[in-house]
Amino acid sequence: MGLHHEEEQHPELLHHFAEPEQQRNAASLGMWVFLGTEIMFFGGMFCAYLLYRHWYFGDFGAASKSIDATLGAANTAVLICSSLTVVLAVWAAQTARRALLLAMLCVTMLFGLAFLGIKGYEYYQKFEEHHVPGPSFSFENVPVPGHPGEYANPRHAQIYFSLYFLMTGIHALHMIVGLGIFSWLLLMAWGGRFTPAYHTPVEIGGLYWHFVDIIWIFLFPLLYLIDRHP
Amino acid sequence: MSATNVVPQQQFERETYLNKVYGMWSWLLTTDHKRIALLYLISITFFFFIGGFFALLIRLELLTPAGDLVQADTYNKLFTQHGMVMVFFFLIPSIPAVLGNFLVPMMIGAKDLAFPRINLLSWYLYIIGGVIMLHCMMTGGVDTGWTFYVPFSTNYTNTKFVEAGIAIFIAGFSSILTGLNFVVTIHRMRAPGMTWSRLPLFIWAHYATSIIQLLGTPVIAITIVLVACERALHLGIFDPRLGGDPLLFQHLFWFYSHPAVYIMILPSMGVVTEIIPCFSRKRIFGYSFVAFSSIAIAVFGFLVWAHHMFVAGMSVYAGLVFSFLSYAVAVPSAIKVFNWTATLYKGSIHYDAPMLYAFGFLGLFTIGGLTGLFLAALGINVHVTDTYFVVAHFHYIMVGGAVMGYLGGIHFWWPKISGKLYPEGWARLAALIVFLGFNLTFFPQFVLGYMGMPRRYWDYSHMPEFQVLNVLSTAGATVLGVGYLLPMIYLLWSMRYGKPASDNPWNAAGLEWKTSSPPPTDNFKEEPVVTWEAYNYEELDAPPQALEVPVG
Repeated sequence: MGLHHEEEQHPELLHHFAEPEQQRNAASLGMWVFLGTEIMFFGGMFCAYLLYRHWYFGDFGAASKSIDATLGAANTAVLICSSLTVVLAVWAAQTARRALLLAMLCVTMLFGLAFLGIKGYEYYQKFEEHHVPGPSFSFENVPVPGHPGEYANPRHAQIYFSLYFLMTGIHALHMIVGLGIFSWLLLMAWGGRFTPAYHTPVEIGGLYWHFVDIIWIFLFPLLYLIDRHP
Repeated sequence: MSATNVVPQQQFERETYLNKVYGMWSWLLTTDHKRIALLYLISITFFFFIGGFFALLIRLELLTPAGDLVQADTYNKLFTQHGMVMVFFFLIPSIPAVLGNFLVPMMIGAKDLAFPRINLLSWYLYIIGGVIMLHCMMTGGVDTGWTFYVPFSTNYTNTKFVEAGIAIFIAGFSSILTGLNFVVTIHRMRAPGMTWSRLPLFIWAHYATSIIQLLGTPVIAITIVLVACERALHLGIFDPRLGGDPLLFQHLFWFYSHPAVYIMILPSMGVVTEIIPCFSRKRIFGYSFVAFSSIAIAVFGFLVWAHHMFVAGMSVYAGLVFSFLSYAVAVPSAIKVFNWTATLYKGSIHYDAPMLYAFGFLGLFTIGGLTGLFLAALGINVHVTDTYFVVAHFHYIMVGGAVMGYLGGIHFWWPKISGKLYPEGWARLAALIVFLGFNLTFFPQFVLGYMGMPRRYWDYSHMPEFQVLNVLSTAGATVLGVGYLLPMIYLLWSMRYGKPASDNPWNAAGLEWKTSSPPPTDNFKEEPVVTWEAYNYEELDAPPQALEVPVG
């Protein structure tokens, strides 16, 4: 293929692209489009949440209060910090700072693991309290916030907990996929594959990570903070 | 044009995508979009005949009013599996994954899709989903109907819904990846000079289809997850016993499954838009209207889903809005039909097999579309809900429209795909048989439905007067079956015995015809530079000295 003389200079250029910029643009557009599909995927659950929060307003408030907001806030902080380390990793890749890149990838993954650990502990708490939907679910005599003498309907609360486990569970699955992507990035960075001219994987892996963070930024207030008053 | 256009044998010893490498692994690990298209062609043909087999059993059962061939439980599984296989494993991937895969890069002058490995991954996902679906069918099957409404699918059916759900979920991701690949490819891989307004309308149709695949399919994916979790883990989202809303399921389901019809029909429209100018030897009438009507269908298509739910307990106000929007989506479809007709006007029309399929498409799609307007009207909808009228309507769109376009496209591009000419006489005969068989099968169902025969019943012995029309329909299905078997036989035959095709046997416009038949692995010997508008048939047919003059 005599068309592409740059091929020697860019070992990462795949044969069907004319130039590295085209390849980079394609990869980045591909990730953006994929994240668009992810919004629709989570959108189904947000839609269900919207409907039932509207119908069972007080019950959702009561159920939400039973969740440990401190742990949720800690997880939010963990994820925001991880977004920063991802940005630093991309910058390190752009400016050929290999040691910093490796360090930032590792720190990001540690934040990710910390998030999953805290999440797992929350699930354990819910399991202990019989707040996992199913035959052993129990949510009796929980007052509705702001309505003295009223108690939450356990069946409606169960819908809340179903959504809680599904939304946070699928979010956690995305986190695990993110950890997989970052392990792969770490391997590539270890092998010295990234240069200022070629670091697209770090960039689009980073995009994915930010997306998972952003989903959490929506989940946190909807699931943890809907009826908290000072 | 056509069958006499043969080139000497020695030209066929050059390297093509078919003979570059040999062996099973060179196919199973290929990243060449043309080979992946052929992998898809083989797999969807397999599932088409599985789905067709179920259809045949359904029609046989309905031959007599009594439920004598199968019992109710089996019948429920038959129509469920027929629907699931045909929708998710044949119609959705049919034109995009076969013809789109083969042609999108070639039509825009690219060497491959933007992500060849993801393209291969999408085929493997399809196969994994297909194998799970086959396993599910062979070990008991599902009886929920392809729509798997809750709470039946979550709480009551004792058949394998979760397994079928997993199969559809996985196949859905194959569809998403195809759409993603097309969108990125169309944006980023066009050859120099291939501007948006010079794109073949096949590309516009696939772009619109991809938008639906990307924005719709994730919603059915999450819906399946919710239903499966509710069934397997006893979570409660749609469960009325907890205060959950089964209607929410129907909204989420149809949010994908209505636009899914446009995933099937838009690519078919794209194929017809290529065929009609070629066999009328005319530029397409109203290029930009046809292009933007594809986009309009994709956008409006997302706003009409609740017309499937008029009798489900939705508010009348919502019904009015969705009824209006459903009428609105007919406008861009009608724009296309009128533009095709105007293209035919004063054209020099050739009745080759692809054109016969395109004519078939025009007639059947128009009937299907107009009966869709009957159904969009609230009053008539209540009368014919869940009757054979609905069955006939969507088969006119999905079989009469989508499959006619698919077969027309397979014939039109067969010389390019295989490098061989198919036998024209047999092909015209098959097109005729398909058209007659199709109408004989489904037209009586309009009448049956209007008279009140409900769908999904295996026994109509209390209404023996329905038998005549049912017998007609079953007879038609047999004719239709022959019509579908014929192309498979003679196309396979032509791969070995067909006359070698020239690079451009139809003298068609379009970049894919400017390379050899079959094309080399990289599609073009050198990167094409486009200096002409699409469908420049007037220039193609002009005296030779005018050929080299660039336009635009």
